[in-house]
Amino acid sequence: MEACREAYGKALLELKAQHPELVVLDADLAEATYTKYFRKAYPDDFFECGIAEQNMMAVAAGLATTGLMPFVSTFAVFATLRASEQFRNSVCYPHLNVKVAATHAGIECGADGATHQAIEDIAVMRTIAGTTVLVPSDAAATRALVFEAAAIDGPVYLRMGREKLPELYKQGEEFHRGGSKRLRKGGDVAILACGSRVKAALDASEILEGEGIHASVYDMYSVKPLDMKAIEEAMRTGLIVTAEDHQRSGGMGSAVCEAVCQSGSCRVERIGINDSFGRSGAFCELEKIYGIDSGSIAAACKKALNK
Amino acid sequence: MNDKEKEIAAKAAQMRVLALKAISSAGSGHPGGSLSLADLMASLYFGGWLHVDPKDPHMRDRDRVVLSKGHACPILYAALTLKGFMSQEDLMSLRKSGSFLQGHPDMKHTPGIDMSTGSLGQGISAACGIALGLRRQGIGAHVWAFLGDGELDEGEVWEALTFASAYHLDNLTVILDWNGLQIDGSNAQVMNLESPKARFEACGLECVEINGHDLGAIAAAYERALSCHTAPFGIIARTVKGKGVSFMENQVGWHGKAPDAECLGKALSELGGR
Repeated sequence: MEACREAYGKALLELKAQHPELVVLDADLAEATYTKYFRKAYPDDFFECGIAEQNMMAVAAGLATTGLMPFVSTFAVFATLRASEQFRNSVCYPHLNVKVAATHAGIECGADGATHQAIEDIAVMRTIAGTTVLVPSDAAATRALVFEAAAIDGPVYLRMGREKLPELYKQGEEFHRGGSKRLRKGGDVAILACGSRVKAALDASEILEGEGIHASVYDMYSVKPLDMKAIEEAMRTGLIVTAEDHQRSGGMGSAVCEAVCQSGSCRVERIGINDSFGRSGAFCELEKIYGIDSGSIAAACKKALNK
Repeated sequence: MNDKEKEIAAKAAQMRVLALKAISSAGSGHPGGSLSLADLMASLYFGGWLHVDPKDPHMRDRDRVVLSKGHACPILYAALTLKGFMSQEDLMSLRKSGSFLQGHPDMKHTPGIDMSTGSLGQGISAACGIALGLRRQGIGAHVWAFLGDGELDEGEVWEALTFASAYHLDNLTVILDWNGLQIDGSNAQVMNLESPKARFEACGLECVEINGHDLGAIAAAYERALSCHTAPFGIIARTVKGKGVSFMENQVGWHGKAPDAECLGKALSELGGR
């Protein structure tokens, strides 16, 4: 069990060895985003920006014009909403090589409550032209996606949560822009999940299996671009259920719906936050309250299958 | 005026003519804030302060110019035209589809533009990043950033100036085009912007206040900016919006309105252009 944010902090150290142009920016949250490891190891390439995310984002854009590769870290709600126009106009419009690696996304952020729980960030970041949106589901995926983000020339959003997540992958597993992972194969329903909901989807598939329903489970870690082959494969089950710790509207599930519309027809049920704000509490309770836990995913599958 | 100042004055007049022609041809744009900036911009590009090469616009050690008040780009495009980065024909394509001259600066497509700007407050932050990036890589180039006074309403400006000072960005010079007018009225009518120099100094900049149309004062300020090695340098330049065209001077209405053929003719005759 390791939090993606801690894996991110460690990965930056490895990345620096391969990418000397790497610099890291944070907005007084280096302890929480784990960029503190980088700060300690490479103090001259770590830029503390203070609690001023808008400035931080455009400073990163300026740094990128000189050939450096900034990774910008803070909580997802500030990175993608407070500094969203800076990201759009100063980073994405000139397609600069800035990576936004944000943590504490989703209601998984927990006890801090609604103000700190980004549940709109995927929607915002995926609609800006030229972005790549990556959502790791465990520590090994995080490490691999940090390297993948660095290999992409242009803006990347890396979305991470707060909680420790169970291991789904071995170190060394490969992850690519536009890819996905099928973690389970079943013909009755395909559950497409991202982030912390991948494990919940696997748990849901176990529940369903116990009731004779065979579910495929996909880790859609590349929300933009999506893995179209995986979606076409998932459509063949006749029912797709998406699961994410994000607003239903505009998130990974919406992206899947857009892809399904293009490819043919398939029923899609979306599990996510239903047009409301989060609240304080332990995530193990919040996920049930907001209906994004494994039981809710399994129930949605059964309901759609009329079982 | 000495010979150098005469030469700069002639360039500034040409730039005003070119900028107004381009705006008029486009049918939209921002003449007031372009004209107020003309003498500061002409001095920078033709006073020998700037190490740039139109044949190699992406030269690694070039000095950078960031027009944070991006809407004044016609005057920057005019400077770049006279400097050889583009042709007058290119300049007259301003704001038209197919042109590489966007309504606000676009670094991806326009030679000589070092940062895409236009959304106020962001250019100055980017200029800080550029200055920091250059210094981190041991590149001894200077960054010149032009701010508008209305732009000071944006909180990000103060974040950026504080950042510049915290990182001792002595390779950054911030020039405030203090023409006193924005869209909805004067600075005072829109928002309290008194004492910008004191505000800049409170953020940690070393500052000088000058008449932004006095070529001698501008040159002295630029020289001081380059020799200041203790802090980022701020030039608070008092200017006249619409400077050089009598009927545009100090008129809020000429912030974002293109002159029609008749107005353009009058303006050009005042500026000695055709």
